[in-house]
Amino acid sequence: MIARLTQDERRNALIILGLVALMGAVLGLAGRDDLLGWHGLLIVIFAAGLALPILGALDAPEPTEDRENAYYDDPTRLGILLSMGWAVFGLFMGVWVAALLAWPELTFVDSPWASFGRLRPAHTTGVIFGFGGNALIATSFHVLQRTSRARLSGQLLPWFVLLGYNLFCLLAVTGYFMGITQSKEYAEPEWYADLWLVVVWVAYFLIYVLTLARRKEPHIYVANWYYMAFILVVAVLHIINNLAVPVSFGQVKAYSAFSGVQDAMTQWWYGHNAVAFFLTAGFLGMMYYYLPKRAERPIFSYRMSIVSFWGITFMYLWAGSHHLHYTALPHWVQTLGMTFSVMLLVPSWASAGNALLTLNGAWRKVRDDATLRFMMIAAVFYGLSTFEGSFMAIRAVNSLSHYTDWTIGHVHAGALGWVAMITFGSIYYLVPVMWGRERMYSSALVEVHFWLALLGTLVYVFAMWNSGVIQGLMWRTYDESGSLSYSFVDSLVAMHPYYIARALGGLMFLMGALVGCFNIYMTIRGASASVAQGDRPADPNADRSLVAGE
Amino acid sequence: MAEFHKKIERSTIGFVLAIIGVSSIGGLFEIAPLFTIDDTVEKVEDMRVYTPLELAGRNIYIREGCYACHSQMIRTLRDEVERYGPYSLAAESQYDHPMLWGSKRTGPDLARVGGKYSDAWHVAHLVNPRDVVPESNMPRYAFLERKALKVEDLGAHLAAMKAVGVPYDEEMIAHAAADAQGQAMPGSLMADQVAARYGDETNIRFFDGQRGVVTEMDALVAYLQILGKLTDAAHRQQQQQAALEAP
Ligand code: HEM
Ligand code: HEM
Repeated sequence: MIARLTQDERRNALIILGLVALMGAVLGLAGRDDLLGWHGLLIVIFAAGLALPILGALDAPEPTEDRENAYYDDPTRLGILLSMGWAVFGLFMGVWVAALLAWPELTFVDSPWASFGRLRPAHTTGVIFGFGGNALIATSFHVLQRTSRARLSGQLLPWFVLLGYNLFCLLAVTGYFMGITQSKEYAEPEWYADLWLVVVWVAYFLIYVLTLARRKEPHIYVANWYYMAFILVVAVLHIINNLAVPVSFGQVKAYSAFSGVQDAMTQWWYGHNAVAFFLTAGFLGMMYYYLPKRAERPIFSYRMSIVSFWGITFMYLWAGSHHLHYTALPHWVQTLGMTFSVMLLVPSWASAGNALLTLNGAWRKVRDDATLRFMMIAAVFYGLSTFEGSFMAIRAVNSLSHYTDWTIGHVHAGALGWVAMITFGSIYYLVPVMWGRERMYSSALVEVHFWLALLGTLVYVFAMWNSGVIQGLMWRTYDESGSLSYSFVDSLVAMHPYYIARALGGLMFLMGALVGCFNIYMTIRGASASVAQGDRPADPNADRSLVAGE
Repeated sequence: MAEFHKKIERSTIGFVLAIIGVSSIGGLFEIAPLFTIDDTVEKVEDMRVYTPLELAGRNIYIREGCYACHSQMIRTLRDEVERYGPYSLAAESQYDHPMLWGSKRTGPDLARVGGKYSDAWHVAHLVNPRDVVPESNMPRYAFLERKALKVEDLGAHLAAMKAVGVPYDEEMIAHAAADAQGQAMPGSLMADQVAARYGDETNIRFFDGQRGVVTEMDALVAYLQILGKLTDAAHRQQQQQAALEAP
């Protein structure tokens, strides 16, 4: 990877790493009496760890290939590996926290770092930002180049984005173990990590705009609309929701700029749109490229793509208040949130339908090819979970589902069934292409992964639907004398069998991911160096299958 | 439509601006008014701020992720009101930076847990929840008893809270560290000052049951015991409504 950089670029990389290390040192010194000191140290070690191999190769020969006429895929390759690594970590944490809800002593008892409240955000961040985020960055770099028929902009910028982003994830997760969190769901990291992410994100946006500026295709392809919406809206959400005043520049703790009801609304405007633009828009971008590619069929309808894209971009931002039904949030905001959430079903199903209709005529392939089946099932779960979401956003339904495991079931129908499945499908498509192999090492193992993932998801989701509805009903059941029938603990006892089932479902899902890692490792190990024929920026026919079919 | 769209698709900057424009409407329409419409948060006269010890306890609550399993928001539904008490008002969390309304009830709601149990119950429960509720799946937090509370920088914490709009005065900020200790040391000179600054209703006790060092357990229990007690507005409103509905 370093061999593909010129000597000047290697020197520049060292300068950037030096600056990062300096920043870490300043933070570390300012925060030497606080947990911040450890994070300063972590940043220094991270930068030094990257600098060492570059130092060793400083005088190695310059690259000889014609760089401008080749795609730049090294960052994508590393991104895929990082994504799988985080998947194993995040899913393992998921199984662990699931097990803890069934057997609370299954941990290092009385060790602060190993208690549920600290492990849970490590799970959510590990899977959403570690696994999902790395997959988004890796695939977006790949899709952007192929659909623009242009090389990625910059030699170092993509590395800065990928590695800088992983530094953010590391700060986040190690922070939770140490007890650093601002408690906002999906925005737990504290102010310094948040600021760092802003820098990384600006660089990410620059890559997108600069690469699009040199595209050889007149039109910007649908997948890129979604990746762009993902980058832009996440930036706005992140900055606003994380506004806070640090206690001092030597301390991790900061106090949110917002309080009470305004904070709740800002947080769920963020939270719901983290779902919409991180867990949905970005992955729709993935779907709009890899699914037609793998099926070798054009996207069913260009019009449907337009409607669903702008529908999602407009309506999702209104929907956050469905997280706050019957609370102290003013009634009119709740009603708006409910209305838009129900309307959201239209663009959501337009996307899911567009994907499934694209497969028309390719059902034989779906039957035979587990990679394509991953993508197909993802589209189905996308349709299911958005239907469920719109349903749960109705006030009367939400009065039952809110605060219960039903929400958790909905989350994982989306997260396992949609986000993880589309990612695994895309990765199975990408790995042979990126490492110059005909196909994956073993298609039987892809098949095994597929069934473990599907089965695991179904077990998980059915368990949580059951427990959620039971829980919700028990909380509101009255006996004949007009008093509540069940104590809270009664409902907790009723959850126990479902918590065990969920942990088993999760375990299956994790095993599937491990099988996937092994398969990817074996594929790479047997790699030959040749790049797929015709996969060059100049080739105008490279992406025939992406033209809309109308 | 498709023709028009084909034009936008050709311009990166145009597309970027379109996304920003279209996506910002919802937030502007729904969130911005919450800061300007006056009756979004009820005015309540008797609302008091967290003492330094309670604030420290709240930070421990956040640090340990208690909010992941416990909500602090009683909805306006009959069964919730009967189970947990009068529904939560916006005013009650107006000094909560950030709010801790929560989204999942693995355990019960805590918005009005203050005063519901004794300090001793809380300490026993936190040391090992299964000693008091055999079926509970809550983690143990016995280490809180062994950790001395860090009080030196509480003044800076109060100052940061003040910067985001909580009405702490200079006195409170200057004496934050002493006040934190005083609140867990009844009978001391420092304790009298806490009562003078934060009101006679303030709980001043050996929260963790031990004299001597002020621990994280003291802080967390002090926080739990104030939940729902910063103002009486919710109870007053419930009584008024009951009076209206009575024949
Ligand atoms: C091995 C598979 C998995 C297992 C066993 C698992 C387990 C869990 C558990 C036990 C919780 C806490 C639920 C509670 O507090 O009651 C949770 C929360 C969560 N998980 Fe997973 N999970 C898995 C995979 C994933 C994946 C792949 C994603 C995302 C891509 C994900 C996203 C989330 C989110 C967003 C939450 C928070 C939900 C909320 O606060 O409402 N999980 N998970
Ligand atoms: C039309 C689309 C969707 C709508 C209208 C919708 C609606 C909802 C509703 C009503 C809730 C429950 C809020 C509560 O009672 O607290 C919820 C929670 C959630 N949904 Fe969706 N949903 C949609 C799609 C998705 C998708 C595709 C995902 C995917 C990954 C997802 C992830 C989540 C998460 C993570 C939460 C839990 C948030 C939390 O409490 O921490 N949603 N959604």
